[in-house]
Amino acid sequence: MKRFAQLFTALDQTTKTLAKTAALTAYFEDAPEADRLWTIALLSGRRPKRTVNATRLSEWAAEVAGLPMWLFKASYDVVGDLAETIHLVLPEAEAAPDRSLSDWIADIRALAAQPEPERKAWVLRSWTELDGAERFVFNKLITGGFRVGVSQKLMTRSLAKATGIEEAELAHRLMGKWTPETTSYVALITAPDPEADLSRPYPFCLAYGVEGDPADLGPAEDWIAEWKWDGIRGQLILRGGQHHLWSRGEELMTDRFPEFARAADFLPDGTVLDGEILAWDAETRRPMGFSALQTRIGRKTVSKKVLADAPVILRAYDLLEEDGVDLRALPFAERRARLVGRIADLPADAPVALSPVVDFADWDTLGPIRETAREAQAEGLMLKRKGSPYHVGRKKGDWWKWKLDPLTIDAVMVYAQAGHGRRANLYTDFTFAVWKEDELVPFTKAYSGLTDAEFRRITHWVRRNTLARFGPVRQVPPEHVFEIGFEGIQKSTRHKSGVALRFPRMLRWRDDKPVAEANTHADLLQMLEQYG
Amino acid sequence: MVLEFRDEGIYCPAGRFYIDPWKRVDRALVTHGHADHAYEGHRHYLATHEAAPVMRHRLGEIDLESVAYGEIREIDGVRVSFHPAGHVPGSAQIRVEHRGEVWVVSGDYKTTPDGLSEPWEPVRCDAFITECTFGLPVFDWLTDAELSAQIDEWWRANRAAGRHSAIGAYALGKAQRVMTMVDASIGPILTHGAVENTNAVLRRQGVTLPDTIRVTSETDLKAHPGGLIVAPPSALAGPWLRRFGPVSTAIASGWMALRGVRRRRAADRGFVVSDHADWAGLNMAVRETGAERIFATHGYTAVFRQWLEEQGYDAQIVATEYGDELLETEEAEA
Ligand SMILES: [Zn+2]
Ligand SMILES: [Zn+2]
Repeated sequence: MKRFAQLFTALDQTTKTLAKTAALTAYFEDAPEADRLWTIALLSGRRPKRTVNATRLSEWAAEVAGLPMWLFKASYDVVGDLAETIHLVLPEAEAAPDRSLSDWIADIRALAAQPEPERKAWVLRSWTELDGAERFVFNKLITGGFRVGVSQKLMTRSLAKATGIEEAELAHRLMGKWTPETTSYVALITAPDPEADLSRPYPFCLAYGVEGDPADLGPAEDWIAEWKWDGIRGQLILRGGQHHLWSRGEELMTDRFPEFARAADFLPDGTVLDGEILAWDAETRRPMGFSALQTRIGRKTVSKKVLADAPVILRAYDLLEEDGVDLRALPFAERRARLVGRIADLPADAPVALSPVVDFADWDTLGPIRETAREAQAEGLMLKRKGSPYHVGRKKGDWWKWKLDPLTIDAVMVYAQAGHGRRANLYTDFTFAVWKEDELVPFTKAYSGLTDAEFRRITHWVRRNTLARFGPVRQVPPEHVFEIGFEGIQKSTRHKSGVALRFPRMLRWRDDKPVAEANTHADLLQMLEQYG
Repeated sequence: MVLEFRDEGIYCPAGRFYIDPWKRVDRALVTHGHADHAYEGHRHYLATHEAAPVMRHRLGEIDLESVAYGEIREIDGVRVSFHPAGHVPGSAQIRVEHRGEVWVVSGDYKTTPDGLSEPWEPVRCDAFITECTFGLPVFDWLTDAELSAQIDEWWRANRAAGRHSAIGAYALGKAQRVMTMVDASIGPILTHGAVENTNAVLRRQGVTLPDTIRVTSETDLKAHPGGLIVAPPSALAGPWLRRFGPVSTAIASGWMALRGVRRRRAADRGFVVSDHADWAGLNMAVRETGAERIFATHGYTAVFRQWLEEQGYDAQIVATEYGDELLETEEAEA
């Protein structure tokens, strides 16, 4: 584990891409193959499951450290990370012989089958054997929460450097439902069998946000515009008589959306579509809004009622594979034409429908069209270059998202709470209110959007201006106005204000604005009327 | 009560003086020169001989009288003395005795010697007013030997790679501690003006510091490759650092013990160098005073109070204006 902990430390303590790539490349060159495979798995989100529950671990750590449970919890509140808290409160380790990452993971996985007393004894012994970063990494592995600031792209690039295999090809090999138990380093990386995993998706092509004027992108006739839907990005795969549905986060969602079992009735085998999963009103032929789709997210099994209330379809906008042939190198206009040929005439009850293009003559006319996105139940527009291939991951230049500006409201800060982890010593979580006659009604929380310098300034003020404390929450006098931005607004019975915002964040500190001029509850209700 | 807690600061009614007041008062006894303890605008100041030069440097023309550590002053029948706090050079705990009852105000303190500040000494008392900036069991400092090995290794590696090493540390205390901690034979130590001004004050009063080079617009940086740049934390984020070319950055602070804080600061490295007591240090200090009543001033006061109560102390929280990191970072802009 020493070599892996050393890699973790190197990756964790730098923000520089070059240093991270160098550390990873060196690791992929000299670590044992089994450890390399596990490292690839960990860095691509294939973490071993949690084998000991968090409460037990906390109790054991508090016991070893000689702390009452409330004090352990108070520490955890400040640190914001269980694995780190445990690591910090435990006494120093004793020297022990080094064992490889894959050996440790094998032991951790075997733990699940053991009775609790054995589990506890083993964890306690491991804590005395692992030092420094090793113990932290170990805690992350047993709690199932291992993460490090390395994107899959960076990991893939480093692996490409170490192996000499082309990066885009590697990115594709790393997709799909493999785990270190079902494959080996050789079978996955150096000599893969293309038939081994028919469910394997293509790496998603991702877009950057438009900066400045889209007219700078060049002649309008080189571009296709589409609505940018507010749903779940999905890749639907029909191969070998089966269907598979992947999310952008490489999560297999097939069972969660049984609607797509019927896709094979409408599309031939060897088809792969890229599109957006939306809750769909078949009568009006319009999306139902994100709140409907939300009832389908996070559920492994779906009840008949939920299925009937929020049925989904895939609005497809790209064809990645046709008759088993990878089309990604073709120009987008060509792929789009083939997509239209495949799905434009599907019956209304098919679970797949074409995502239409948005016609526009020139950039000047596209701006006003974008302004109508909310009426089309969209978040804005997507701009795609007609001649572009389907890239691997995020690449600047060919795909752009041109989102609507967020909705905004000026609100008064009424409560403040200290942040966790990276912002443990600052007040960063605020509750905001709007006026209802001469009363302030809290309606949302927000905790991002300010600079560190601004958070320091407001922290300084909160410390000096606390009216009352409720546990970690401080009530402050209504003196500061912030502009709150959000993507959507919904009716809510859980909130006193009657509304819930989607993605609220602070856009700016309105130092210039007197508290009396903040927005009102009536303004919120009007927004709900208009956009809810 | 020998001492009471007022809106202006900690007050001694019998002696009619304040300790580390944050509002303007007639008579202020000051534990040390940090901005959250030594405020401007008081009519009369009393501090240690060793703290006085820095306070004059920071606060300008003030009416300041100074005393030796351990020297007893009588103020209206109240016996007052200053005792080493080990926090920064000149820092003190203030002992106040009235009618046989002894109270001690800790100011900021660190229980382990750093080779620079006058080493902390326990002062027996009935009531102890203590800071608890790092009053959580997750704070457990490394020894100075381990820390200097870490910093030296980082500096050496940067120097070998043709980079400067820039470390962010408060101008008073932390900066000097870092420069005394490292192996000065690795390369030149380059200082920001705010740090070098404080160095000059400390050297004048006899504090031994390694040789340093003040960075000005005239400094020929090419002549000092692979240097250790010591600057206030705020200078690391600003344009000041650009003149050095390739630089690896680090922050020296107790907060660097938390991975989240370390990552937020976006420096290349975070070294856990603190001028405050860690959890074990705080507990040891409380024990060694022999006090039964404890008042927690700044830091994780609620947690520390409850913990002390469970250990059998009569523990309370006092709201103060100490421990404001902002004051330290703002003043460092100068
Ligand atoms: Zn201080
Ligand atoms: Zn302080």
